[in-house]
Amino acid sequence: MANTVTDNTTIQELWTLLGEVNDPEVPVLSVVDLGIVRDIRIVKDSPGSANGTPEIVITPTYSGCPAMDMIRANIRMHLLEKGFSDVRIETVLSPAWTTDWMSEAGKQKLEAYGIAPPMPTQTVCRLEMFSREEAIQCPHCHSYHTTMISEFGSTACKALYRCEDCKEPFDYFKCH
Amino acid sequence: MSDQSIIDYILHLGDNALVLGHRNSEWTGHGPILEQDIALSNIALDLIGQARYYYQYASRCINAADGASRPFPGHEALTEDVLAYHRDAWDFRNCLLVEQSNGHWGKTVLRQFFFSAWQFELYGALRHSRDSQLAAIAAKSLKEVTYHLRWSGEWVIRLGDGTEESHTRMEEALGDLWKYTGELFVPADYEKPLALSGVAVDLATIRPAWELKVGEVLEAAGLERKEGEWMQKGGKQGKHTEALGYLLAEMQFLQRAYPGCEW
Repeated sequence: MANTVTDNTTIQELWTLLGEVNDPEVPVLSVVDLGIVRDIRIVKDSPGSANGTPEIVITPTYSGCPAMDMIRANIRMHLLEKGFSDVRIETVLSPAWTTDWMSEAGKQKLEAYGIAPPMPTQTVCRLEMFSREEAIQCPHCHSYHTTMISEFGSTACKALYRCEDCKEPFDYFKCH
Repeated sequence: MSDQSIIDYILHLGDNALVLGHRNSEWTGHGPILEQDIALSNIALDLIGQARYYYQYASRCINAADGASRPFPGHEALTEDVLAYHRDAWDFRNCLLVEQSNGHWGKTVLRQFFFSAWQFELYGALRHSRDSQLAAIAAKSLKEVTYHLRWSGEWVIRLGDGTEESHTRMEEALGDLWKYTGELFVPADYEKPLALSGVAVDLATIRPAWELKVGEVLEAAGLERKEGEWMQKGGKQGKHTEALGYLLAEMQFLQRAYPGCEW
């Protein structure tokens, strides 16, 4: 039987369920940790009706992120498994996604996974040629003695670094 | 302002992004070193992502247009894929700069630098467009373009101010590409009324900042820009160089041979 969507309890339940949908590229983070899910609302079937359809509002991280289509599909599949057979997913571009929306729990999960989380103070790309962001802390040995190898890493959201103390390479989830 | 002029303008912005994104993707697997191969592939992805926003928006506008004046009448429910794969060279509204062949690495990064310096200023202004969807796309993409601009500018300086060989090659690339930069600031007929109504960017307002940035980087690279050179234009009206046809032949082949094919 399909879940009947009625009230705020359902919206809370949906947030919890989306917290179980992980990003395909960084599987330790959920789409909620990443700040991709912007809103969840219930669109009533008709005014005054008890029933409605959940509408999930998401926003892309990077324009070219190839994971977005998969994220939409994963959200739909997970909610279907939990009994929500009819779900609308709307994509909005504004306001533009920023790493400021990443949850604290998400940042800790990233570091434990071996990816340096975005700096607490937003230090986005500056325009001056050869300018570099502040030192990034190595997620393995916590040294600040690190060097950027490339500002474009294995996915659009990451930069590639090397630790000069423990000599390990690591990904940095760059501020955006 | 007619429906047609805004559709042409959205296609112009989308075609710029798709064509340069495709050109850059030709380097994937062939970059000089792994990290730079990945960097240029990331830039290609960003641009193709931008192109999708524009084509999704353009297809909504086209599908909502009246029957008689509707462009591409053969397609009942037009999609972003139809716009990317089923238009021919004369339908494309991109600037000539972005379709130029990759040549060597130096030419590719110089082409990217000229374009990113322009796109950076364009999006900075387009964020305030009276068209809320164009404003949203511009604001979203501007952060990505900032990385493209710094990355490509650094490469221009590194190679221009590098060895005798790299300097000579950058001079050669400048000779090949400079003539296509003038078009970036010549408004097309469909653009003029949109600029007046605050939807499109008035290109004259962003030119000084572009000149300044390009001047700074070329000077740091030890490269001399050509003054008073003939400027080739026509891409924004669908009059392209030979290069675009070859690019489309490769990019569109699968969808032309097997329309609607998915995997």
